[in-house]
Amino acid sequence: MAEYRLMKGNEVIAEAAIRCGCDGYFGYPITPQSEIMETLMLRKPWEETGMVVLQAESEIAAINMVYGGASCGKKVMTSSSSPGISLKQEGITYIAGAELPCLIVNVVRGGPGLGTIQPAQSDYFQAVKGGGHGDYHLIVLAPASVQEMNDFVALGFELAFKYRNPAMILSDGVIGQMMEKVKLSEYKPRWTDEEIQKISGSWATTGKTPDRDYHVITSLDLDSAKQEIFNHKLIEKYKTMAEKEVRYETISCDDADYILVAYGSSSRICQKAVDLCREKGIKVGLLRPITLFPYPTKIIQEMAKRVKGFLSVEMSAGQMVEDVRLAVNGKVPVEHYGRLGGMIPTPNDVVKALEEKLINVK
Amino acid sequence: MVEVKDIIKEENLVYTKSKILTDKVFHYCPGCSHGVVHKLIAEVIEEMDIQDKTIAISPVGCSVLAYNYLAVDWQEAAHGRAPALATAVSRLMPDKYVFAYQGDGDLASIGTAEIIHACNRGENIVIIFINNGIYGMTGGQMAPTTLEGMPTSTSPYGRDVKLAGHPLKITDLIAQLPGTEYVTRQAVHTPAAVRKCKKAILKAFQNVGKKNGTQFIEVVSTCNSGWKLSPVKANEWMVENMFPVYPLGDLKG
Repeated sequence: MAEYRLMKGNEVIAEAAIRCGCDGYFGYPITPQSEIMETLMLRKPWEETGMVVLQAESEIAAINMVYGGASCGKKVMTSSSSPGISLKQEGITYIAGAELPCLIVNVVRGGPGLGTIQPAQSDYFQAVKGGGHGDYHLIVLAPASVQEMNDFVALGFELAFKYRNPAMILSDGVIGQMMEKVKLSEYKPRWTDEEIQKISGSWATTGKTPDRDYHVITSLDLDSAKQEIFNHKLIEKYKTMAEKEVRYETISCDDADYILVAYGSSSRICQKAVDLCREKGIKVGLLRPITLFPYPTKIIQEMAKRVKGFLSVEMSAGQMVEDVRLAVNGKVPVEHYGRLGGMIPTPNDVVKALEEKLINVK
Repeated sequence: MVEVKDIIKEENLVYTKSKILTDKVFHYCPGCSHGVVHKLIAEVIEEMDIQDKTIAISPVGCSVLAYNYLAVDWQEAAHGRAPALATAVSRLMPDKYVFAYQGDGDLASIGTAEIIHACNRGENIVIIFINNGIYGMTGGQMAPTTLEGMPTSTSPYGRDVKLAGHPLKITDLIAQLPGTEYVTRQAVHTPAAVRKCKKAILKAFQNVGKKNGTQFIEVVSTCNSGWKLSPVKANEWMVENMFPVYPLGDLKG
């Protein structure tokens, strides 16, 4: 019997974590995502599933607890918002460098610096281009509804373990704070020690037994030639992701002259903008990237052969628009429209921007 | 005439390398305390028969490569963060013996928050803290534990406490925290000290099984390369200068 509830996006992250058999959550309070840890502490999953929930002394400690837990082959996660995610970048690059699976949730707020506590999408570069030092990428999922906040927790862990790579849910203050109807996932038990051995037994630090060599989780290689080989291995992994894991949604794109490209809460606004345009007789479609890394480059390349232009709509100064431009490669105009600092565009703002920047251009 | 091969017999064996130590040659400088402490940990793990239950966390510093020398499962942490990793491992696998091995730059400078809070939560882990008063791996810079007046590459005229603060006696702070069960300061400069230090490490690991709080062992150590002294002189210098500031003995438990 499916279970439906009216819940906040942040609360759903906590509920989905418990239900997908997450072993540990390590976090530090920050607006606008504190409900994630608050919900977990109220739910006391350690009594129900044995899941560990710990409030760390800092975001830095929290991500390093994730590093330790992930090293044991456990399903572990953390969540934060923009300034806190910046603090986690050191740990994230170590986790990527050690090829460990884990889930990181970023409920984005405006920046730079302490910025604002209102929603923004200004952490796109940080999320999809690496974020910390060194050549690496996260798997980045962008939920556009409370339902997807639920669904992407299990999906994030699935992809993270499939590729031994950290995954991030790149949400924002709108999706985190708004309430919607959500169909909750079925309960899945936490992995047993035997299951962990089967899934991650070839590398996880679970204690050296006589039947195997001891395991070392590290991102260090002092031999440059070996480090380069490892870097190439990562590049190959990201190529495989680009071939197999791209996810996106298209709305009214088949006959469209213009394409709005938007993810997360901006894509919800753009859905309405598409309707408004169609009422005016302008053929507009919406491409919603669901994975921001790997990015839906191919579908944009295809669309660029038949449409008149793209408008990237983001609550940022123009970050994702660079990936749209790379995909379009100069074939048609690509413009950006965004509000900043925690301001949210209206559907009419989007329509106006489309007309000004792409349609009524002489 | 007695042949050598006649002497090599089980009943004549007075010393053997711990099975937990690998055959890899230490990268540590001759005279450095790390090698002795590694050996003691290996012996304790072997004697307690807990190789399959031990998870070790190595730091950033000279002992970053500690995972090359002890045949247990290792996690190599970011600088200063070992107690955070150890926290998660111990919470997620409570039947394991988890130890973090850290130097003074790692533990008492960049990782101050992580060590204080792990100890304050009373995490069920062992911390081995090597205090040689200097950053060894990066080439002898001033550490939080560097003695007043002690020259280093970033305090070439000696540590000026007006400029750089005082030597941080972090073990004294740790001992104040209710979360710690056993806090001790040891050294490995004489055979007697080595035996005492091993007893302390054994006690710490045995306590982990009882789950009464964090076990913290500081080993006041030499860095003869960083101090620019011969191994023998470094030991003498340590006794004369380090011990008055960092006196040996149990602080708690």
